[in-house]
Amino acid sequence: MAETKSATDESFVRFENIQKSYDGEVLVVKDLNLDIQKGEFVTMLGPSGSGKTTCLMMLAGFEPATHGEIFLDNRPINTVPPHKRGIGMVFQNYALFPHMTVAENLAFPLQVRNMSRSEQEDRVKKILDLVELPQMAGRRPAQLSGGQQQRIAVARALVFEPDLVLMDEPLGALDKQLREQMQYEIKHIHESLGVTVVYVTHDQSEALTMSDRVAVFEDGVIQQLSSPEELYEDPKNSFVAQFIGENNKLNGTVEKIAKGICQVRTDDGTLLHAEQVNVEGVGNKTTLSLRPERIEIDPPKGTKNVIKGRIEELIYLGDHIRVRMNVAGNDEFIVKVRNRADKRPLKEGQDTKIGWLAEDCKALDFVGQI
Amino acid sequence: MKLTKLLTGTAIGLAMAMSATTANAEGELTVVSWGGAYTKSQVEAYHKPFIEKTGVKINSEDYNGGIAEIKAQVEAGNVSWDIVDVELSDAIRACDEGLLETIDHSTLPAGADGTPATEDFIEGTLYDCAVANIVWSTIFAYDSSKIENGPKTMADFFDLEKFPGKRGLRKGAKVNLEFALIADGVAAKDVYSVLDTPEGVDRAFKKLDTIKSEVVWWEAGAQPPQLLADGEVAMTTAYNGRIFNAVAGENKPFNIVWDGQVWDLDLWVIPKGAKNKDKAMDFLKFSTATEQLAAQASWISYGPARKSSAPLVGTYATNASIDMGPQMPTSPANLSNSVQNNFEFWADNADQLNERFNAWLAN
Amino acid sequence: MSDTQNSNDVLVAYDGTPLKQQLAKTTRRMKLRALLLTLPLVLFIIIAFVLPIGDMLIRSFHNPTGTNVVPNFAEVIQEWDGQDYPPDEMIKVFVQDLALARKNREVGKTVGNLATRVNYEIPGSRSLFTKTARKADKITEGPYLDALIKLDKKWANENVWVTLKRVTRDYTLSFYLAATDRKYDENENIIRADELYRIYLPLLYKTIALSALITFLCFLIAYPVAYLLSTLPLRTSNLLMILVLLPFWTSLLVRTSAWIAMLQTEGIINNIFVYLGFIDDENRIQMIYNATGTVIAMVHILLPFMILPLYSVMKTIPPSYMRAAKSMGASNFMAFRRVYFPQTIPGIAAGVLLVFILAIGYYITPALVGGSDGLLISNEIARHIQSSLNWSLGAALGTILLVVVLALYWLYNKLVGVDNLKFG
Repeated sequence: MAETKSATDESFVRFENIQKSYDGEVLVVKDLNLDIQKGEFVTMLGPSGSGKTTCLMMLAGFEPATHGEIFLDNRPINTVPPHKRGIGMVFQNYALFPHMTVAENLAFPLQVRNMSRSEQEDRVKKILDLVELPQMAGRRPAQLSGGQQQRIAVARALVFEPDLVLMDEPLGALDKQLREQMQYEIKHIHESLGVTVVYVTHDQSEALTMSDRVAVFEDGVIQQLSSPEELYEDPKNSFVAQFIGENNKLNGTVEKIAKGICQVRTDDGTLLHAEQVNVEGVGNKTTLSLRPERIEIDPPKGTKNVIKGRIEELIYLGDHIRVRMNVAGNDEFIVKVRNRADKRPLKEGQDTKIGWLAEDCKALDFVGQI
Repeated sequence: MKLTKLLTGTAIGLAMAMSATTANAEGELTVVSWGGAYTKSQVEAYHKPFIEKTGVKINSEDYNGGIAEIKAQVEAGNVSWDIVDVELSDAIRACDEGLLETIDHSTLPAGADGTPATEDFIEGTLYDCAVANIVWSTIFAYDSSKIENGPKTMADFFDLEKFPGKRGLRKGAKVNLEFALIADGVAAKDVYSVLDTPEGVDRAFKKLDTIKSEVVWWEAGAQPPQLLADGEVAMTTAYNGRIFNAVAGENKPFNIVWDGQVWDLDLWVIPKGAKNKDKAMDFLKFSTATEQLAAQASWISYGPARKSSAPLVGTYATNASIDMGPQMPTSPANLSNSVQNNFEFWADNADQLNERFNAWLAN
Repeated sequence: MSDTQNSNDVLVAYDGTPLKQQLAKTTRRMKLRALLLTLPLVLFIIIAFVLPIGDMLIRSFHNPTGTNVVPNFAEVIQEWDGQDYPPDEMIKVFVQDLALARKNREVGKTVGNLATRVNYEIPGSRSLFTKTARKADKITEGPYLDALIKLDKKWANENVWVTLKRVTRDYTLSFYLAATDRKYDENENIIRADELYRIYLPLLYKTIALSALITFLCFLIAYPVAYLLSTLPLRTSNLLMILVLLPFWTSLLVRTSAWIAMLQTEGIINNIFVYLGFIDDENRIQMIYNATGTVIAMVHILLPFMILPLYSVMKTIPPSYMRAAKSMGASNFMAFRRVYFPQTIPGIAAGVLLVFILAIGYYITPALVGGSDGLLISNEIARHIQSSLNWSLGAALGTILLVVVLALYWLYNKLVGVDNLKFG
């Protein structure tokens, strides 16, 4: 089940037992509880249809919660219309108003707040400097590149100095290089302004790069809410392990549990040791999860887990070699081998032993046939 | 000038190509008339016996009157209509403009009693390019189930106090001005001499002013019986055949008031350059013979143009209890206070009076 | 390529021909084929559009009836100074021409044609010519004027001769004068028509005003409908769209007849009003056979032309714009006014243009339900083309309407910008 931090009075955004259904038959969000601290950068990560965007829309006020209450700065906001919530938002396709210039777009939230003209100009200039596009004030959105539009969209969400900014897959439309660059820029803006950011994406590397904490969504439920490092190192279930980073899976049956270490018999009869994370007990099936870079070919003697495998395919990637193996009947088993001069050459079709430490292998909930 | 001609020819030719059916083969004749019950009466009385007699195939086409199409066909040199049923003023104008074949009256068949055609036809029904077949009339009618002690005279039609309610009138100056003068006390025989003066025209419009606010204007002949049936108007001017058909065919309780009727002619004309001119001529002679004209009068209440046909007019074709004689505009009782439409007056003044009428209407 | 360049500067292909030339050669075939593909359309437009409109324009000021019917007279009369009567030898030519025209009875060159033409200028003079022509061949010796006056005293009217001189010139302004409620007086001065006969200018103003009203009403009704259509889920919006398009699929006459059944004084709407007690039985509202009827029926008929461009523009406006505006603190109304509405302007502009131009030239519906005061200028044009057969006047009216539409279009382009139009 989802882990939540204990609700404290300091939490800036709080989802309390939120449920959401569009058709009265299927729950898109199931009993969601989430606390976000002031100044935090929290990412809602998940595949499409997992409920993350719905949560964001409920927070912004564009979708009503079917059940439960959302608090902003300790105020319940279910009945507050979106334009009174004071939340900045960046949309997937930026939603820059095409009939207004960049400056007019940026001044819009200030105008509706009846700010004086001079202050409007002042703020627009400042925010354009922040996103490093001061010369673009007079242009129309259509005359900007994708990256520039993106920055203006961020600037527009920030220009009225909201305490909370929501971003709905803001980088989805950019190419890879630009996307990475923008990740850092958004991160830096967040750090320099200290604004609270709730960010939605389906791209895990984006989530890991930018976030203080990541909430992994699946099937309307937060599967895990942790820092990026914890998500990768200590996934709480097979879904998270599979969704975050690259992951190898082996099925087996728990034979013994001692001091947090499980003895697991794989389907082909090998006995392996793995850290107990999410198993129901002795005699139950489990799925073992281990990262490709933690596996060694020809492990030194005394390695706890050793298993035979056959090299199916070698892919040369410069800094490392990606080895696809058939291990215990799983022929999608990936091993990453560092490209070192002393390593003996590998050949396709070769049988070899591989091994890893028990702590690098997590015994998680059984997911069935791999 | 050549260019204009070419352009006109092209445009008209194209328009004609759309409407004209395939060129008439040997043994075919295109007869154009007004459609509805009127064409049916002609099909029964003229077409069927003609086909039987000659074996010529007849294409019956409908149109809405006017000489626009004849003019277009003749000017484009592609005449697909062989014989057309037109109103008198149109026949005169088309003849004046050289759009019609001239017709030698001496070739028309003599009456059943042997009277030569030129004497058998009612006076004023034979023209250089046209031979009349029927006499029709514009009258006014009312629903007797709604008005007891109904109107008797044209003056009653204009009397909103005595007979409140909406009036139906044809949208146009023709006939309405005559009616207005008759209602205003002008004798039937003086109508056109009064109307030929500016004061007379003013007088007619002044009389029309008195009912203008209550008028529902109609344009197609099918409208007045419908307006009466719907209760949209208390009384309306109409073509007498339309009202007769509503009474005899649909049992509507309508009454015709013949006082002040303005009667007019329908005539056969043959467009200049008609493809089957000779057959059209044969058809014209055949259909305007005593017997055929009398036969038509048993299908519709329009009077035959030949004197010799009158005695032969019998009962309504689909209901033998209706005697057609009294239904005719030409029956002596109906003619007692009547005006024959003066084609010359209208040929001279239609443009101007319609303009004034439309200006009057819009204000 | 500038002339000062020497041949060394010109890029050449391998065989030495200039590259541009080579390129032109290779693309010529392609261009030719593209041209051939558009040929049917070009021909169609020329035949169905350019030629008829050109013909109409020409007819409005070129009317050779006079020269066709009395060609010799037409030539000599132009020498006359317009004082008193033309010299007797001119009148002799006239009488001879008249007799010849009557004898020939050539289509378009008959006395009737001339009579009709003169009758446009001097109403009531038609029979003067047809009657005179019948006896023209009997007049064999002068003085010819006296002989004519003996036949009909109207020949003593000097205006007849002035007018004859005018109508025997091929190019004339008469029809434009008539179309703007003006005419020539006896001294060839342009004067306004008698007030009782002024019809076309008031009608033109009324047509423009009614078209503007119809356009405005269409906009008022169409905007929310188009908005609803663009926001509803596809299945529901498809159903609604069918309702919108239904008028397109029904015969115009059927639709108009349905309106007659609805709106007439004994019709459904009046019956409901009477039943509900809004009005009493004696004072039923006249909603058809007048301007009201024209407006109601035309709004209905033209509504899809407003809805469709609006819909297609609204469909392309993602809901995120409104959400963005609201997230920035704009109220619903503010977000609509500042963000949504401005983006629909291209659709409004297109819809307004379509509906207005269609309305200004519409004639069937007003003819059926317009009654007395709901008629538009096109009904007069139709009357002159179809029944009065004064094609030149119809053409002049049509040309004036065309000019008015083009002028309004120009103005509209200044205000809105045609580049801003989005028809869908």
